Amino acid sequence: MKGNESTGFFTSTINDMIGWARKYSIFQYPFVTACCGMEYMATACSHYDVDRFGAGLPRFSPRQSDVLFVVGTISHKLAPVLKQIYDQMTDPKWVVAFGVCTCTGGFYDNYATVMGIDTIIPVDVYIPGCPPRPENVLDGLIKLQEKIQNQKQEY
Amino acid sequence: MPKLHEKLKERWPEDVVELHDFRGDETAVIKRESLLRIADFIKRDSQFDLNVLIDLTAVDGLPLKWKPRFEVVYHFYSTAKNHRLRLKVRVEQEDAVVASLTGIWPVANWFEREVWDMFGIRFEGHPDLKRILMYEEFSGHPLRKDYPYNKRQPLIGPKN
Repeated sequence: MKGNESTGFFTSTINDMIGWARKYSIFQYPFVTACCGMEYMATACSHYDVDRFGAGLPRFSPRQSDVLFVVGTISHKLAPVLKQIYDQMTDPKWVVAFGVCTCTGGFYDNYATVMGIDTIIPVDVYIPGCPPRPENVLDGLIKLQEKIQNQKQEY
Repeated sequence: MPKLHEKLKERWPEDVVELHDFRGDETAVIKRESLLRIADFIKRDSQFDLNVLIDLTAVDGLPLKWKPRFEVVYHFYSTAKNHRLRLKVRVEQEDAVVASLTGIWPVANWFEREVWDMFGIRFEGHPDLKRILMYEEFSGHPLRKDYPYNKRQPLIGPKN
């Protein structure tokens, strides 16, 4: 229970409830371009079982998904495609940068690679690692859940 | 028994400029204008029988002050005889044109587009010589040694 105002009691509970519902029904769009994809698959499979966190069903249409997982190096040639995918997603939406290449460009420092996808689209959670271990991915996912739970819900 | 590149020199003494076979990598540097003739020969000749073009790439010798600046490198393989041969053609920066091998080995099509994209060496007689890896808006050739390594040409987003 949050807030002491006479009307605040009710609103903040709805907010918490929607946050609770949203954080356990993460429909992801995996935008997989490189080796990080293998760790993403390892995380999604039964050993680590991402379904425990309600994120078990990837949607292969951006219009049906809530979280954009950008998994792997993004080149300048691909950047407009990523932006278009992001624009096609409906609100509410979140973005996870998976691996150092998406966070900062990683060890690529050349003509071809985007130096971090946050130069193109807003990012909510950064998962470092080259590639990140599944534990690291789950840690990022839990951080995203916390963020979803605690933010102001729009509905 | 003479090695493959030595046989090539015997057969085309005028066209083969230089030979070496470091650790068995038999290499012949040939004149640019004789490329098509020699390529056709090594594919048809029963002693050579080099039916596969494995790789086609280029080297920029700018930091080594090569004269001429570029080398176009061809790797051939014979599936019947199990032997290999490497051909090299030297080209100047001002006149960076080589004959296309697409008529003899169709696989050369994409290789030559890549060399054009990365090094800016044109291939005369290529059916559709356009960029293959970079986007059309990109200017310059990124694997040339005088392309600044940190120069970026993003399609969207800030120039970083």
